Amino acid sequence: MITATGVQASYRISRSLETLGAWVLGILWVMPLFYAFWTAFHPPAFSTHFTPGAPVTLQNFVKAWQAAPFARYFVNTVILVTMVLAAQLVLVTLAAYAFARFRFPGRDVVFALVLVQLMIMPDVLIVENYRTMTALGIKDTILSIGLPYMASAFGIFLLRQTFKTVPRELDEAARVEGCSPLQTLWKVYVPLARPTYIAYALVSISYHWNNFLWPLIITNSVESRPVTVGLQVFSATDQGIDWSIISAATLMTTGPLLIAFLLFQRQFVQSFMRAGIR
Amino acid sequence: MTRTREWLYAWLLLLPAATLLALFTHYPAIANLWHSFYSTPRGSRPVTFIGLDNYRALIDDPIFWQALSNNLWYALGTIPLSIALALLMAVWVNGHLPGRGFLRLAYFTPTVLPMIAVANIWLFFYTPGYGLLEQVTGLFGLPSHNWLGSRSTALPALMVVTVWKEAGFFMIFYLAALQSMSPHLADVAAIEGASRSYFFRRVTLPLLMPTTLFVLVNAVINAFRVVDHIVVMTRGGPDNATALLLYYIFEIGFRFWDSSYAAALTMVLLTLLAAAAILQFAFLERRTHYQ
Repeated sequence: MITATGVQASYRISRSLETLGAWVLGILWVMPLFYAFWTAFHPPAFSTHFTPGAPVTLQNFVKAWQAAPFARYFVNTVILVTMVLAAQLVLVTLAAYAFARFRFPGRDVVFALVLVQLMIMPDVLIVENYRTMTALGIKDTILSIGLPYMASAFGIFLLRQTFKTVPRELDEAARVEGCSPLQTLWKVYVPLARPTYIAYALVSISYHWNNFLWPLIITNSVESRPVTVGLQVFSATDQGIDWSIISAATLMTTGPLLIAFLLFQRQFVQSFMRAGIR
Repeated sequence: MTRTREWLYAWLLLLPAATLLALFTHYPAIANLWHSFYSTPRGSRPVTFIGLDNYRALIDDPIFWQALSNNLWYALGTIPLSIALALLMAVWVNGHLPGRGFLRLAYFTPTVLPMIAVANIWLFFYTPGYGLLEQVTGLFGLPSHNWLGSRSTALPALMVVTVWKEAGFFMIFYLAALQSMSPHLADVAAIEGASRSYFFRRVTLPLLMPTTLFVLVNAVINAFRVVDHIVVMTRGGPDNATALLLYYIFEIGFRFWDSSYAAALTMVLLTLLAAAAILQFAFLERRTHYQ
């Protein structure tokens, strides 16, 4: 009896310690974000003074918006993300279908060659890809930012796994009814892989919205820069160290993604989970 | 369908993706090796074959060695810590703690933000004099310190940012694995009288091994692939203390425009990534043998 209550007490203590730890970590994790929010929504005088009741203002956002062509940067990013995703969905679907349901000589070798991209991503091949873009004459365009990412090994892998789980009977039934392989793909495989498509789309959108180094290298003008590069150009050159405006600009560029994430939190998390389970 | 028609069909399906992959993954990897044996074209000087000169220069380049060792320390400092934190977060968020929803959101949010935006926020956080960190250390009466400006603390300060950003991402994979685990296991263990920590060590951890491997591989790749925060926060300084390999490639290739030396440096990076790939393959092989 005594030992039982002792066990229970120690259990309760360890539980509360865990709760405490989890919350300390959670607060540590949101602190930098909270700080950025505070600075962006208050006048510069309050940017480092946490006075309750400090006046709230949107002036920093207005100044940031006027100081750099952010509208154009947003348009560029939206074009980039849409273009990359559209191309990826088509290319990845076709390739995954070939790997999942066709037999042809050299299939395993080609598949291994595709998987090479999981390790050696376009992110590290910047020197040569810059050379290629120069040779193709499309440097400093939105197309040149997206092109290296359009054939995505990750997407092919993910979708191939999904397509393999589609029962062969459905495939055969469609063929019996006279569907061509492409019609079968469109009518049987694509609808059944919907959750995978959503997961992949969310991962792809956040990846390309956030991508920075390659766009920084390949773009050189307002007409092609995505928001990430625009933000860097803005905070590195235009503004000395006006943290209120830089924080506002930072939140602004991440805003759409952050709002989307907060609204569709569950789907986001589940998508990342699904994409991670191989 | 006849066999040849099936082959043809499959190849046509593959063609668009294969072309782009060959053009922007396989070709550049090979061209990179090729170009590392030639000099950089400059003005009217023609490109000449220089053999292993770039690699000899590399061996004598103290900044290269510094970048390589920085990168290894960076990997060593960020990977185990972010994986351990990710596991802890996943266990907590998977349990029945009060405020679970908030905690999951707090842990995961840094993951969705662009590294460049995160770097801006942290740059402010670390600002000497009036950044939040200085204010907190000031409360304890500690002297002011330029975290990003001194050789000894710049790289650790960047590691903190990386851990902060990545732990929540890896948490998701652990969370997925934990949720797919049968709750009966815990029930049985409780009936058998196993303590929670014993159960965690002997049952949960081994079952999470595949997830850990997956996360580990991703973490290693990221440690060599992501240098956005360095561009924003330190530009490799002070005195190259935060130059990582890819950042050094970026500097050589796009600030000094020495593309052939940058190609040689890229070969080192590709070799490291290939080694990681082979290791992963060996591990995965072993895993399938167990099953």
